[in-house]
Amino acid sequence: MSRHARPPTALSLVAWCLVWELIGRAGLSTIIPPISRVLTAGMSIVATEKFVAAVVVSLRSFGLGMALALVVGVLVGTLMARVEGVARILGVWVNVFSSAPVSALVPILMAVIGIGETTVVVAVFLFAVFVIVLDVEVGVRQADRSLVEMARAFGARPHQVYTKVLFLSALPELLAGVRLGAIRGVKGVVIGQLLVAIIGVGELFELYAQHYLMEEFWALVLVVFAFAFAVSEAVAYLERRVEYYARAR
Amino acid sequence: MTVTIEAIVEVREIGMTYDTGVEALRDVTLTFPRGCLSTVLGPSGCGKTTLLKIIGGLIRPSTGEVRVAGRRVDGPGPERAFVFQDFALLPWANVLRNVAFGLELRGVPRDQRHTVARRSIAEVGLLGFEASYPHQLSGGMRQRVGLARALAVDAEIILMDEPFSSVDEQTRRKFQEDLLLLLRDRQKTVLFVTHSIEEAVYLSDRIVLLSPRPGSVARIIQPSIERARRSPDEIRRDKNYLDAVDEIWQILKRYVA
Repeated sequence: MSRHARPPTALSLVAWCLVWELIGRAGLSTIIPPISRVLTAGMSIVATEKFVAAVVVSLRSFGLGMALALVVGVLVGTLMARVEGVARILGVWVNVFSSAPVSALVPILMAVIGIGETTVVVAVFLFAVFVIVLDVEVGVRQADRSLVEMARAFGARPHQVYTKVLFLSALPELLAGVRLGAIRGVKGVVIGQLLVAIIGVGELFELYAQHYLMEEFWALVLVVFAFAFAVSEAVAYLERRVEYYARAR
Repeated sequence: MTVTIEAIVEVREIGMTYDTGVEALRDVTLTFPRGCLSTVLGPSGCGKTTLLKIIGGLIRPSTGEVRVAGRRVDGPGPERAFVFQDFALLPWANVLRNVAFGLELRGVPRDQRHTVARRSIAEVGLLGFEASYPHQLSGGMRQRVGLARALAVDAEIILMDEPFSSVDEQTRRKFQEDLLLLLRDRQKTVLFVTHSIEEAVYLSDRIVLLSPRPGSVARIIQPSIERARRSPDEIRRDKNYLDAVDEIWQILKRYVA
């Protein structure tokens, strides 16, 4: 495959920026300012206290919700894979909720829990947990039975089987679940905060949209997109590190 | 003068029926002498791996019991080490960690277990590969890691489940020769499961033949082949060797007919 036949991916990014700039300058729509102005607006808002506070709140909700989703996801997924009855009872529910539009539930959450950070944390948790449960279940189920047998043959006690064999054997699937869960978690933060509309980046989105501050709005969009992408890539990096043994299992 | 070799493994009326209803073993009673390499030979599906796993404590038999050094077997134990047919190496650990795994599970401190592991690695001829990972090794090398792991825990009894069946013929013959050399200076009892008649006769003087499912002891063959100071090729042309192979084949032939 000849190297010069493939244009670098950065080229398409540059092309899109050019298109955006031209459309913005042409004034085709008031909603789309030129990207150059978006970027300058972006640089000015990033420094403001309001923005930093919004980011801190959002990250806190994201982190808390993801941590909960991870703990519950690993526990439930492992239970479903190792204890037969559990999979039969919970399986249907997990499958239904992992593909359901959970965002529809956020207004109900708001009504029950109230307007505030807790709703957002619960939203993140609900968005992320089901895909983690599914992937952990698959990972633990596929965990090499002969490795478990080998560990037992050499005298492993039950907790050693989990920590020294099962967990590591399921790591590729677990990381894949975490990556998908994290992406959904970011959605959870944004949607939760949009609907709650008084905290975090959701509040800022509302603010900018209401006051028609489109440059600031798009700048924030870029920031959130970049964050989601960065989180996804970070987990993907970890996945690549364990890939070498995923195939060898 | 008769030298009585004590039986270190006693199998008494072992029967095994799986949940699926398959009766793998029926009324197996035999003993294995200490310090010798015994083979368990039989056609596919005769239950020889099942028997080995019962002795290893990995499967609980439906009936009967196994005693090792007089004590009843109730699960795996430090006096028995297992070598698996599909190697069963941890793919995320390098050779050194894999070989030391048995010791790691026992809580042996790292420096100590790595020293022991290095010795075993050298004994199986993998010196220099301590930092390699299983996916970087050939099948033959991986099985040597499995063997090193079993040697590292210094168990009195080594249970080998068709350990050489996943490698090619040349490597297999080399392994058979190396195994005999390795065991020569050690007082280990080895129970070796195989479906190869030649392998069984080459390696051991006590060959237990199992009948097809449900497996039970069909015959015990004890050829006396002079092995000391003879090359592998000479042994494979020895009359007793060839007679034993033929005798076993005649018995097994009826089962696959």
